[in-house]
Formats: sequence, structure tokens, C-alpha cells
Amino acid sequence: MLLLIGAMTIGLILSLLAMGVFISFRIFEFPDITADGSITLGGAVAAVLLVAHVNPVLATLAAFAAGAVAGSITGFINTRFGINRLLSGILVMTALYSVNLHVMGKSNVPLLSERTMASVADTWGQAVLGASTVNLAGWAVNVRDLSVLVCCVAIVAVVGALLYVFFRTNLGTAMQAAGDNAQMIRALGVNVDNMVVLGLALSNGLVAVSGALLTQYQGFADVQMGIGMVVWGLASIIIGEALVGVRQLGFIIVGAVMGSVLFRLLVAIALRGGLNPNDLKLMTAVFVFCALVLPGLVRRMKRPRPVAATN
Amino acid sequence: MLDIHHIHKTFNAGTPNEVRALQDVSLTIDEGSFVVVIGTNGSGKSTLLNAVAGSFIVDTGAIRLDGSDITAWSEHRRATKVGRVFQNPFSGTAPNMSIAENLALAARRGMKRGLGWALTRSVRDELRDRVRRLNMGLEDRLENPIGTLSGGQRQALTLVMASWIKPKLLLLDEHTAALDPKSADQVVQLSQDVIARDKLTALMVTHSMHQAALLGDRLVMMHRGAVIHDFSGSEKSRLRASDLLARFEDVRRADRLDESAAEMLRRTYV
Ligand SMILES: Nc1ncnc2c1ncn2[C@@H]1O[C@H](COP(=O)(O)OP(=O)(O)OP(=O)(O)O)[C@@H](O)[C@H]1O
Ligand SMILES: [Mg+2]
Repeated sequence: MLLLIGAMTIGLILSLLAMGVFISFRIFEFPDITADGSITLGGAVAAVLLVAHVNPVLATLAAFAAGAVAGSITGFINTRFGINRLLSGILVMTALYSVNLHVMGKSNVPLLSERTMASVADTWGQAVLGASTVNLAGWAVNVRDLSVLVCCVAIVAVVGALLYVFFRTNLGTAMQAAGDNAQMIRALGVNVDNMVVLGLALSNGLVAVSGALLTQYQGFADVQMGIGMVVWGLASIIIGEALVGVRQLGFIIVGAVMGSVLFRLLVAIALRGGLNPNDLKLMTAVFVFCALVLPGLVRRMKRPRPVAATN
Repeated sequence: MLDIHHIHKTFNAGTPNEVRALQDVSLTIDEGSFVVVIGTNGSGKSTLLNAVAGSFIVDTGAIRLDGSDITAWSEHRRATKVGRVFQNPFSGTAPNMSIAENLALAARRGMKRGLGWALTRSVRDELRDRVRRLNMGLEDRLENPIGTLSGGQRQALTLVMASWIKPKLLLLDEHTAALDPKSADQVVQLSQDVIARDKLTALMVTHSMHQAALLGDRLVMMHRGAVIHDFSGSEKSRLRASDLLARFEDVRRADRLDESAAEMLRRTYV
């Protein structure tokens, strides 16, 4: 039970990462590696502000702003200086490593007794339930774990809904179109470069919020916490797309959340079953590789179907 | 309305692949005029339209449209005045977005795009009306991704999108070339209707001598990056497809003469 709740919580927190990666990789087909750095940046900014007794919600919003700045720098150097997309992300990610160390002042900032979203959720949970453990289907569950989970569900629901609404606005549809067919939306008067910058800002803002929440949940920020996170987000999206199967925005967002939670559960089970934690990144990379390659292989093995004539 | 003033465009200048795509082209088009552009392959027709639309900035010369000097304007800024249909049916629409979303994007061509709802009820009602008028049965499929439609349907919708907000200038670059004859006729008819109804100023490139003779009130023929013929008024209305073919034959003959002359000069002097 504890395993389940923990895995779901982390899965939900990282689903914000998945939503961010969805914007860059899927909407813009922009392989944005900045996310590896901006998730740490979000964690670092939140941790430092929390240590300085800033309100946890404000600290999390500040993390969003910091991530957005990082993302827009990547977009800016790609669109204004014509630097290759992958390289733009790598440059900013590399720079962020130093920035993050400067923000934190050391490689790890623990949150011991600071007020965090997690501790606030805990206080509320205990006030509502009036106990520090509850009985859930025969299991004694720590109220702190349960309240944090509920809090994460609420946050992810709100962010997911906001994202969905955003992509139905004039600005949001223009952003989608900029990724789908740049030539077309340019002919309709949209500055595609600005859309890329804005899209990456939004993407990395979400990723940084994910990092901020993760920091508050696990009780520390670490300069290494971002390594391989882009691939992790990508794995969540791929699982999500397989789960929902529909290429419609609302479903894709829900799918990303489901994929993230499911992937985290699988990982938790694998770790429980004896997977060496050192092999985790390797397994994730292999998984994404298979998910990218297998559909093509399967299609090639099936006999080619006659293509229906257009028009 | 549109004033193209001595524009030049050379691609890959200074390399062995240098192409002088536009060589001193000047053209003045009056408001409400429908100009058809014909010419041999590679004569610079698309380059001319792209120069006006702002796909690139011309090397020298100036372009004025609707009282503004747009020579240095970016493509998206020119879109406030210019509506465009491309040759490739895939170019004018966002395939993964719905028909309704595509049209709603066009309903704000050149306008600010903020956090207002894209598909408000009034936009939805209006776009259903406009799509119904196409008589293609698409009004029941507004939520389908536009990428699932045929090329002809997509070109028809692109035309609706380009003219949703009345453009100061409509650019059509062989927009029926990729279609089967029946869809091509349908889209040509639709273009003619839209241009007549909204009294649009239009510039249309075509390879079809039939279309060139039939449509528009002025005809421009290009060759090697320059305008070589310009017919308007009664001269244009008297033109037949066969006359145009004869003009092409003249051009080819002149080219051959050029080549044999060059050959002769080389043999004599080199
Ligand atoms: N972006 C570009 N880069 C290099 N060369 C180009 C570019 N665009 C056009 N050209 C060259 O400029 C010349 C004119 O091309 P353009 O596309 O305008 O011809 P066109 O009259 O539209 O021909 P078609 O009838 O085949 O469409 C051609 O030689 C073409 O190869
Ligand atoms: Mg052309």
C-alpha cells in the first residue's frame, strides 16, 4: 500500500514533466533537452525559497517562472541565432548545471522542518481526519502520505485542465498550428518564432513545477535530480498514447498523467522485484527505444495494405 | 493597390548554383483586378508571388501594397493584408487540427491572438454557414482532423480561409495543379466566385492555358525572371488558349535561336 501511494504520488508529480515534454516533443517536434536542467532548476529555486520561509505556493510559482525563463532562452537561441534545436537545448541544459549550483550554493539542499506543500497538506489532512494514521482497506496509512497524494491529484487536475483550456484559446490554437504547419500559420499572420519561444517557456515552466513539487515531496533538492528526466517524460507520453489511443488533446493530457503514474508503478514494482537502481536509467532508455522502434517493425512485418486513393 | 517596382532576386548568389529568379520585374495592379500569371517552368512565377508574400526579402527594388511600403516586412506581418493558397494542398492547413479549428485560426488572420476562446458560438455558427456554402458536405465533419480530407476539399477550405477576412491581395499559386480534373474545376469555380463576390484583387499562377484564357481581366506572361507579355482589357478578353500556346512556341523558338547563336559564337571565337 505504501509502495502504491508513493509511486502514484511521484507519478502524478512527474506527469507535469510529461505535460511539458508533450508540448516540446509532440506539439513542436522540438527535442528539447533543456527539461533535464529546468526540472532541477525548479527544485533548486523552490528549495532555496522554502529555506528562506517563503510561502510554498509562491515558491512553486517562482519555480515555474524560472523554468519558463530557461525554456525561452532555448527557444530564443534556436529561433534568433539559428542554432540547431537539439544543440540549443544542450547548451542551456549545460549552463543550467552551473546556474543550479549557484542557486543552491551547494549540491544538495535538504528541507528539514521547512513549511512545504507536503507539510501543509499533512496539516490539513490531520485537521480533517483528526488522526495521523487512517485505515484504508485494512491497511494503516500515514495521513501525511494520503494528504500529499490528494494534494497532487488536485494540482495535476487543475494544471491539466488549465492546459486543456489554454490550447482551445486563440493563442493556444495558434501555438498548436505553429507546430503542426508553420507555413500555414505564418500565412495567417502568426510569428512562428515567438510561438516556439512561448511554447518552450510553457513547457519548461511545467517541468520546473514538477521539480519543485518533487523537491517538496522528497524533502531535498539535488543538483543531479534532472539527469535523464526528458527520457522519463517521453516514456510516460508513449505509454499514455498507447493507453488512450486517441490523438485528441484532452485524451492526450489524461493519457500523459496515466502513463506517468503507470510507468512509476512499473518502476516501483521492478525495484521491489530486485532491479538494481543503478540500472534504472538504462532500462528507461531501452524502454523508450523499444517503444519508438517496435511499432515500425510490426508494421513492416505485416503485409503492406493497399493505400486508398485520395480525392 | 499593388506596386512592384524593379525587383530583383538571385538565389545562391556567387555560387555555381546561382539562379537569377527575378530580373527587374515591375508590375502595377489596380484594385479589384484579377491578374493571371503564366510562364515556362522556372520562369519565376512562384518566386514573384513569394516575393510579394514575404517568403524572402527581395535583393533590390520595392513593393508597395495598399499604401504601405512592405518591402522589408516579415511574412507574418504581410499576412495582415495578403491571403494565400499554395500549390500543395498540404501547405495551407494544419493537418492534425480540426476543420473548425483551422477555420477559426483563419478568422483571426493578422489579428492579435490572446486568451479568448477560439471556437466561440458565433465563430462556430459562421464557419458552419461558410462551409455549407461549399456544398461538399463538410459541415457535418467540422470536428474531424483536416488531414483526413481530400486535396480538393483542403484547397477549397484553404480558399475559404484565405478570404475569410477580405484580403487586400489574394495570391493563388497553381492552387489546382495537384488536383484531379474534377476537383480542379470545382476549386477554380470557387475561386472565381469568391473573387467576384468580394471584389478581390488577385494574382493567380496557372499552367492551364484554358484557365488562363478564361479567367481574370489581365494576363502576364513571364520568361527567365522577367515579364515578357502583359495583356489587359479587350486584348485579354479576345485571347484564346491557342493564342497563348503560340506565344509559348515563340518563346521556345527564341530560346533555341539563342542557344544556336551562342553555339555558333563559341565555335567561331573559342
Ligand atoms: N528557394 C530557392 N532556392 C534556390 N533556387 C530557387 C528557390 N526558389 C526558386 N528557385 C529557382 O528560381 C527559379 C524560378 O523558380 P520558380 O519556382 O519561381 O519558377 P516557376 O515559374 O514557379 O516554375 P514552375 O512553373 O515550375 O512552378 C528556378 O530556377 C528555381 O530553381
Ligand atoms: Mg511555381
